[in-house]
Amino acid sequence: MKALLVGEYRDGKILPSTYELVAFAQKIGAEAAMVMIGDTRTVPKFQGQLLLADAATYGEYNPDAHKKLVQEAVLRKNPDIVVLAHSSYGWDLAPRIANLLGAAQISEVIDYADGAFVVPVCNAKMRRNLKAKTAVTVVTLQAGAFGLAMEPEGTPDIEPLDIPDRVSSVELVSYEAAQKAAVDLSRADIIVSAGRGIGKKENVAMISELSEAIGGQLGASRPVVDSDWIDHSRQVGTTGQTVSPKLYIACGISGAIQHLAGMKKSEFIVAINTDRDAPISEVADVMVLADIKEFVPILIEKLKAVRRSL
Amino acid sequence: MKILVCIKQVPDMESKFRIDADNAWYSEDDLAWRMNEYDEYAVEQAVRLREQIGDSADLTVLTIGPDRVREMMKKALAMGCDRAFHVKDDVALRRDPFEIASLITAFAGDRGFDVIFTGMQSQDRGSAQVGVLLAEMLNIPVVTTVVNFSFADGVITVKRELEGGIKSVARMKTPALVTCQLGLNTPRYPTMPNIMKARKKEFITVNSVDLAKVDARLSTKKMYFPEKKGGLVLEGDAGKLAEQLLDILREKTMVLR
Ligand SMILES: Cc1cc2nc3c(=O)[nH]c(=O)nc-3n(C[C@H](O)[C@H](O)[C@H](O)COP(=O)(O)OP(=O)(O)OC[C@H]3O[C@@H](n4cnc5c(N)ncnc54)[C@H](O)[C@@H]3O)c2cc1C
Ligand SMILES: Nc1ncnc2c1ncn2[C@@H]1O[C@H](COP(=O)(O)O)[C@@H](O)[C@H]1O
Repeated sequence: MKALLVGEYRDGKILPSTYELVAFAQKIGAEAAMVMIGDTRTVPKFQGQLLLADAATYGEYNPDAHKKLVQEAVLRKNPDIVVLAHSSYGWDLAPRIANLLGAAQISEVIDYADGAFVVPVCNAKMRRNLKAKTAVTVVTLQAGAFGLAMEPEGTPDIEPLDIPDRVSSVELVSYEAAQKAAVDLSRADIIVSAGRGIGKKENVAMISELSEAIGGQLGASRPVVDSDWIDHSRQVGTTGQTVSPKLYIACGISGAIQHLAGMKKSEFIVAINTDRDAPISEVADVMVLADIKEFVPILIEKLKAVRRSL
Repeated sequence: MKILVCIKQVPDMESKFRIDADNAWYSEDDLAWRMNEYDEYAVEQAVRLREQIGDSADLTVLTIGPDRVREMMKKALAMGCDRAFHVKDDVALRRDPFEIASLITAFAGDRGFDVIFTGMQSQDRGSAQVGVLLAEMLNIPVVTTVVNFSFADGVITVKRELEGGIKSVARMKTPALVTCQLGLNTPRYPTMPNIMKARKKEFITVNSVDLAKVDARLSTKKMYFPEKKGGLVLEGDAGKLAEQLLDILREKTMVLR
């Protein structure tokens, strides 16, 4: 199988997801070339051919030009699969490439088995093995599904890539830097996080009390933050903070991939949830099947009693 | 101004799922259904734009799905859409993103929508493709993962969410499409008077076969439950559970020492 990897470059840097593409190609034993809209001074570590277009010429977010550059690379390399990260760059660009090539796209690939691409369905409760009917398949890889076993290495053979057409129908105006989180959860030993399963804003107090009683920090999943129940600086996940405490207690959190990405390295994970099949169960050391509203107040009382006797 | 918002009905993710007899999809029997979460933000943003433009604006909500989608469509009408367009299709959830985008293109192709809203992805299969494919097929600009939207003088300005808290600001001229990310706005709850008003709004139904004939680009080899990894599962009386949990924490972690 021949693969064309579409590397990611932003603001003068190679994004680490680029190496997940390399790891994927290695895992499935594909012969890989890479295409990137970047710059000649900052090339990825990669053993193979790199078709390189200049980001200063085409722009970092110019999907019209990027899709045509990838199309040109496809014409030169004739791959069976075009591989991107399932990231803000990849999910934006991949369907454009698929449409241009008349190719099928398979999103959020987590594995490759028996000639089919494996994807999660319904919050990862199920899996589906998919195959394209088209000559070329465009795939996007779920973040973190493929990691390099070793440090990336190699120096690519650079092949310059240019197309006549540079116009874009969308204009990148500016980047906005991340706000510095007011609370640094990455140093916390214990985190107790509230998810949508807590039911309503008033119940945040209960989770907050639990986190205090156990001597930890309060964390949150995204919907709780989006609803303004808890401040964004406490959000855990891909668009929040990445944490690895000694103890993580997830209260009413289903365990969507974007949440798991931010906390699965915790040493010990407790999930309190009414749904036995919630995907958080995949990473939880202990899954307590209980209603938050009933269980947490009791847990707080017992915890306080234990503390008093210590 | 003509506005379109595309929405999809998905199962409640907390449902107990079963695999269908053909091992290619989940069984659609005995599930609770709701509007795809991302699409609620799309509807809200479309309604806000409609309100901003005023009387000269016209907002259509479209879905492709079986008869059970009617409830969801009524909700969208009650939130403020002017007209519902239902493409009736009993196997809509099994169709791949290319088929869905092709069907919507067949509908939208010659209707001259100025702004189209979709969700960034559907919760069941999370492909994040339909919105972008639709824009490409209609040959209009599209920006994905939008967490802020504004419109003035024929120009849409949006904020895109990137990784690690970084955002970018992008601009494009209408006609254009945006795909909506969680937290873009606060979707409204339909009020009783608006629910009553919605009953009188135009509700059009067509069969998908009468709209276009499209062939799938993907085929499913199999559908299955992953092997359960997971740790200990505790259930029972809350008081006992709490004690069991504290015992485990005492033994396995540094807490309570
Ligand atoms: C690009 C992108 C980035 C994202 N970034 C993040 C991120 O950084 N962080 C993040 O968290 N999410 C993120 N998300 C959103 C993510 O996909 C999920 O939507 C989100 O994590 C779900 O939050 P939740 O688990 O609290 O809610 P839900 O998924 O609604 O889960 C609620 C859970 O509570 C349980 N429950 C309900 N009632 C009770 C009860 N009474 N007692 C006990 N349990 C109960 C349910 O069984 C369910 O498992 C992102 C999504 C995208 C597309
Ligand atoms: N059956 C459908 N009917 C109408 N819109 C849909 C349908 N399926 C997907 N969409 C739209 O496309 C978006 C992305 O879907 P997907 O590519 O399936 O992740 C959704 O958020 C909807 O706005």
